[in-house]
Amino acid sequence: MSGNEKRAFDRPVFERPKSLVDVKTHFCPGCHHGIAHRIVAEAIDHFDLREKTVGVACVGCSVFLYDYIDVDVVEAPHGRAPAVATGVKRALPDRFVFTYQGDGDLAAIGTSEIIHAANRGENITVIFINNTTYGMTGGQMAPTTMLGQRTSTTPYGREFSTAGYPIKMAELLAQLEGVAFSARVATSSPAQIRKAKEAVRTAFDMQIRRMGLSVVEFLSTCPTNWGMKPNDARKRVLGEMIDFFPLGTFKERKQADFV
Amino acid sequence: MSDMANVDVQREFVKGNEAICHGAIAAGCRHYFGYPITPQNDIPEYMAAHMGPLGGVFLQAESEVATINMLLGTAATGKRVMTSSSGPGISLMQEGISYMAGSELPAVIVNISRSGPGLGGIAPSQGDYFQAVKGGGHGGCRIPVLAPHSVQEMYELTMLAFDIADRYRTPVMILGDAIIGQMKEPYTPAPSKYPPPAPKSWATVGCAGRSRQHVKSLFLKDDDIERHNWKLDEKIHAIEAAETRAESYRLDDARIVLVAFGTAARVCKTVIQWARKEGIPVGMIRPITLFPFPKQLVHEAAGKADVVVVIEMNTGQMVEDVRIATSHHEKIRFIGKPCAMPTPDDLLADIRRIAGELS
Repeated sequence: MSGNEKRAFDRPVFERPKSLVDVKTHFCPGCHHGIAHRIVAEAIDHFDLREKTVGVACVGCSVFLYDYIDVDVVEAPHGRAPAVATGVKRALPDRFVFTYQGDGDLAAIGTSEIIHAANRGENITVIFINNTTYGMTGGQMAPTTMLGQRTSTTPYGREFSTAGYPIKMAELLAQLEGVAFSARVATSSPAQIRKAKEAVRTAFDMQIRRMGLSVVEFLSTCPTNWGMKPNDARKRVLGEMIDFFPLGTFKERKQADFV
Repeated sequence: MSDMANVDVQREFVKGNEAICHGAIAAGCRHYFGYPITPQNDIPEYMAAHMGPLGGVFLQAESEVATINMLLGTAATGKRVMTSSSGPGISLMQEGISYMAGSELPAVIVNISRSGPGLGGIAPSQGDYFQAVKGGGHGGCRIPVLAPHSVQEMYELTMLAFDIADRYRTPVMILGDAIIGQMKEPYTPAPSKYPPPAPKSWATVGCAGRSRQHVKSLFLKDDDIERHNWKLDEKIHAIEAAETRAESYRLDDARIVLVAFGTAARVCKTVIQWARKEGIPVGMIRPITLFPFPKQLVHEAAGKADVVVVIEMNTGQMVEDVRIATSHHEKIRFIGKPCAMPTPDDLLADIRRIAGELS
């Protein structure tokens, strides 16, 4: 074995990111929170931010962020993570600050907080997990619930005439001047995961370069509340969800408005 | 003479709302978040002008809901932080106040209250007493509440509020009203006796040099949340033991004891002076901390007095705490005016009548 071959052999091809805590997951089988956590942890490692990061956890399953990512975390009331993150970032402008929010949190009760933090161009990064339902509370309708989707509060399927349409946050936020980066990604295939990693890295980079608010919407799963097997839930994302919530980058700022 | 001249040089003539800002700045507060509401707009306006030049942060939030959560975020970094609002705005902040109490985060929340309920009016009132002292949020949380009755106290109690907040890791409320906020009078600024504390080891500022830590109020396991609640309860008892404050005003020989706070207490002082000239032995207990309530003082004074008269700018709220504080219930009376200041003339007539009944 030549020296080069040996080095290649020793080089790890897969390992736990430094910023991911070595614990067993408590999330339901087939839930994609774990994948999103890993992607966030990898980005923290990539930019060497672990010691200068303050995460903001929200309410719902995503609150358990602090059990998995090895950084300081503040817990926010339901929907208020962007306001909490604003307080953290304004007090500590040189720290890296991100929120990790579900769809009920960010797109329903917290709509005001995300819109205004985005519009102010708060220099924070928002990781938005969209699984079209309220997971921890038992599968009620979310603002992102698809038309026709049955939930415990849309037992006959969501109808636009009474419950309105699913809300497309990544597109909506991209309209705002203060937003530097807005993208939607999925984690239902290896190719999508690679793109999700790129999007999260870009979002982090935006904050590091003080470009404004960056947001990455993850299409995720909730097999338990969808009443699906994990693989069927994954397929629902690939088919039904992506049809309505297209993947891609909706805004990417090239130059800061101010420094 | 020279001493007096010195004092005059130092004195300033400002509004109560402005004195709060001076107190906050003297206490080292450099972070302010707020949302406009009458009658406290002097505070955000003053902070907007002064935080930036002092190297601090002023931000007008999109709502009171966002405001209190910006406080939560900044408090979690260990910085001294303040907001101010009035009744309806404080209602919107209650969620965040409970979270901050649960997360043990220090901050100062000023309520320059107006008349309610609902949108009510902008007239001065003490109608937010229950809201302030009985919790200020869900889940059984309680926070210290300070009630200034002069511009001097608006300044001094703001500095004290920051100190109590940091010492016990709790939000602290200053409860004023439209009169004390809008009124101008001379006061003497003095340096804060309570310097900002050393960096707080619990603050979430990034985990350099230590393991990660969390600021949170969620304790899902039964044992954990029970333990946490008892810990918060112990803290409240410690605050009761060490921070209960009240002013005794001509109380020693008083047969008629008034109990009043804030602006109402100010009016009472005038009435007491007038009544004393007529030989009526009247004095006052003025709670400075509405929570913790000065129970012991009220109970002792009620025991010695013939009558205890609770005077409030509401329809009767603190009178319930006076009843709880003492077993002398038969002596307690209430005089209230929900949406205005009681006039000294009207109050004096009441005191004369009560004195007449006693003789």
